[in-house]
Amino acid sequence: MPLLEINSLTVDYPTRVGTVRAVDRVSISVEKGQTLGIVGESGCGKSTLGLAVIRLVPSPGIMTEGSIMIDGTDIMRLSNNEVRELRGKVGFIFQDPMTSLNPVKRIGDHFVEFIRTHEKEVSRQEALEKTGKILESLGILRERTTDYPHQFSGGMRQRVMIGLGLALNPKLLIADEPTTSLDVIVEAQILELMNKLKKDYDLTLILITHNIGIVAEMSDLIAVMYAGRVVEFGPTEQIFENPLHPYTKGLLESAPNILHPERSMHPIPGSPPDLISPPPGCKFHPRCPHAFEPCPLREPFLVMKERRFVACHLYD
Amino acid sequence: MQTERGRIIVQLIPQFVRLSKRGMAGWTVLIGSVIVVAVVGMTLLAPWIAPHNPIAINVGPIMAAPSSEFPLGTNHLGQDMLSRVIWGGSMVLQVALISVAMCVAVGVPIGLLASYAGGNTDKGTSLVMDSIYAFPGLVLAIAIAAMLGRGVLNMSLAIAVVYVPSYYRIVRSQVLTIKELSYVEAARALGAKSRSIILRYVMPNVVPSVVSVATINFADAILTAAGLTFVGLGLSVAVPDWGWDLTYGRQLLPAGAWWVIAFPGLMIVLLALGFTLIGEGLSELWSPRLEQ
Amino acid sequence: MSLRSYVIARVLLTIPMLLLLLTLVFLITRVLPGDPVLLHFEKQAKPEAVEEFRQRLGLDKSLPEQYVDYLTGVLRGDLGKSMQDFSPVAQQIFSAFPATLELAIFGMIIAVVLGIFLGVRSSRSYNSGEDHVIRTFGIATYAIPVFFLGMVLQLVFSIQLHWFPSGGRIYPGSEPLGLNLGGFHLATGLYTVDSLLEGNLSKFVQALRYLFLPSFALGLVLCGIFIRLTRTSMLETLRLDFVTAARARGLKERTVVYTYALRNAFLPILTMMGLQFAALLAGAILTETTFSWPGLGRYLVDRIAFRDYTAIQGAVVFFGLLVALVSLMVDVLYAYLDPRIRL
Repeated sequence: MPLLEINSLTVDYPTRVGTVRAVDRVSISVEKGQTLGIVGESGCGKSTLGLAVIRLVPSPGIMTEGSIMIDGTDIMRLSNNEVRELRGKVGFIFQDPMTSLNPVKRIGDHFVEFIRTHEKEVSRQEALEKTGKILESLGILRERTTDYPHQFSGGMRQRVMIGLGLALNPKLLIADEPTTSLDVIVEAQILELMNKLKKDYDLTLILITHNIGIVAEMSDLIAVMYAGRVVEFGPTEQIFENPLHPYTKGLLESAPNILHPERSMHPIPGSPPDLISPPPGCKFHPRCPHAFEPCPLREPFLVMKERRFVACHLYD
Repeated sequence: MQTERGRIIVQLIPQFVRLSKRGMAGWTVLIGSVIVVAVVGMTLLAPWIAPHNPIAINVGPIMAAPSSEFPLGTNHLGQDMLSRVIWGGSMVLQVALISVAMCVAVGVPIGLLASYAGGNTDKGTSLVMDSIYAFPGLVLAIAIAAMLGRGVLNMSLAIAVVYVPSYYRIVRSQVLTIKELSYVEAARALGAKSRSIILRYVMPNVVPSVVSVATINFADAILTAAGLTFVGLGLSVAVPDWGWDLTYGRQLLPAGAWWVIAFPGLMIVLLALGFTLIGEGLSELWSPRLEQ
Repeated sequence: MSLRSYVIARVLLTIPMLLLLLTLVFLITRVLPGDPVLLHFEKQAKPEAVEEFRQRLGLDKSLPEQYVDYLTGVLRGDLGKSMQDFSPVAQQIFSAFPATLELAIFGMIIAVVLGIFLGVRSSRSYNSGEDHVIRTFGIATYAIPVFFLGMVLQLVFSIQLHWFPSGGRIYPGSEPLGLNLGGFHLATGLYTVDSLLEGNLSKFVQALRYLFLPSFALGLVLCGIFIRLTRTSMLETLRLDFVTAARARGLKERTVVYTYALRNAFLPILTMMGLQFAALLAGAILTETTFSWPGLGRYLVDRIAFRDYTAIQGAVVFFGLLVALVSLMVDVLYAYLDPRIRL
């Protein structure tokens, strides 16, 4: 049984000017121990998808359709208290480490509070002990538990966030653009750290990013998202060697390739669609070089092709 | 003359109706305006609508509870409370109007000139204004009114002094922002005289803020005037005045004569509320806070 | 910048303002009316008597001399002599002050507690009916003259329901005595504190009963601004990342609202408490008159009735100094609590 199974999930944001469909009938599954990378441009719905897994979609967003099963439990049916418990078992790392920590709370207290909320029998002493160990494994001095967030650098704060995410040995860790706000060198350090922790904690990791490079390095599976839909989903190797969906191809071509520096980069023409009134049929068709008759008429569904799923009329 | 006024009113009505379309802020201004117009109207029409002479004593039984004959009851002098309430706003409104007019006439020019001039003039004036502003308003008003004595003009002056710094500050903050704007610098570079810069660029931006402050100031002035009356620095006894009724009516409370204070008090609240709503609504309309 | 240098800089800044303030009061009470002594004696009085009167109060000297005397007097703690009986105004003020302080403290507590509670609720049910009702309530309470509210409260809760006394500070003869150990005597003048120091619980309860209506009136009229401030502050804070991150960790909603959002939104509230102190004192004057509360406000009002202009001046100076002092303390406290400000 997969650890995470998302079935036809739809998330809508009703606004005064219309309903924004941020996530459109997305289906994904991740087995225990795998790393899934969710890639796409800004606004494609990947962050909303990540937040949906812990039922933290910001208002006015609502999950209108579909189901999310974590370890066999349908999280849509959980009560508020059970959702809180769930959040102790699913770690979440936010994008901007500079603003994700409470400025008036010491670092150590962030951990202690988190630990003791979910493991009520643990004493403050024990929690502090554990905090010290976690920080050390992240490369932060134990004495810094009494410091405040503003005394840490961006990279260190993100380590703290990772530490918090892992503090209760979660089965699943979701990282939403964990390195986007960091400079390249720090980014490399954080990614290396995450790889190590993956093995140490036997984690199932969901990595949300717009950076294909990271995804290539870190994930076993990739889901490519466009305008709220998954357009291609499968093993990383397969997709990179032989991208089937025109958008995936476009993404790979628009990124610099260190192995072939002489190849020019081709950005995808046009811009992402308006999610309140998206184009009819396949949402990518206005920008697609291979668009043909069925594309503006019907939306393509995910079909299995060459050991991965792809949603494109070219492969129907 | 009548048709002129009539035409103006007819032109204003659609403006008001449009306000109701501007969301919560529009409604606030609308409701506030209705209240203010109603109360002011009642006061202006007092000579025609008041059933009795408000200062005539023994018009009815002493301290009578509200009845069909005297809907708001009578006080200890047998005066009809309904008539007193209808007439009672006149003094408060006069004082508030005069003090706001004084404030604007003094505060706005000083604000414009001092902050436009900048440098030591600005610093010095700001210091003086800050000192006044920091002072508890009522205390200052009491001090001035106590020294000057009774009377509409004196009360207005006392209140005006307290609120001048508010206008100064708001004008100053606007001027400082505008002074730095590039189109003002451009005008200066082209040799425009300071005076025309102030008139053409600064004033139009300052007017909305001043109007908002003025309406809220009106409400404050009403409350401060009532407060001054309450501590004994009000107007002469003969004039019908809500504040005076409140002050004197206090002594009748233990006897259970609640109507002597309730209705005048309610009118003060209503009038102050009306102006406050207008002020709050206007400032929201003209510079909406960024709430998604 | 360290805390100490900030404090020093801030104090230095206050001095010119204080000077201006004192000068302002002097102008109003000595220069403006012309001759406060003649104002005092409304009817004709014998010139010799007036002259003697003037001399005893030091009002026969030239204006500049009076000004200097006045300033040096304030530095010494001398706020002049009462026109009624020539007793030192400062002494009268200091004995009346604790009553006002107690009223102000409780009034502020009620205003802040009400304001925060309603403001938090309002922010959490953003744009709902509850939000609009609370916001309107906040605006409406400000439009009520505090003495009118006081009278209404008296009428309902005191005269009709007999739940609370309608005036005064305590039942005559039961003034709390404070701490009395051997020869050591400590009394703050705050009846609630003193009754606890005395160990007398029934006096404590009585003090609270007398305190309740006036401080409630005061607090209710002032809570509006705290409602609005809390609401705005919370709305901003609740959408910040660390609040979402806290929820993502499964922390209880109450923890998120109070420990994460409110604690960060609190500093502006603290500053506002300091800013509102002036308004609090103004309201206290009217409240004390309504409830016959023997504080500084009532002292001032009494002095007006007696045309005791020197005492009025002394009281006004005291009010001004008090507000300046509180303002300074709030700024220092703010700098202490938020190290980022000092930079």
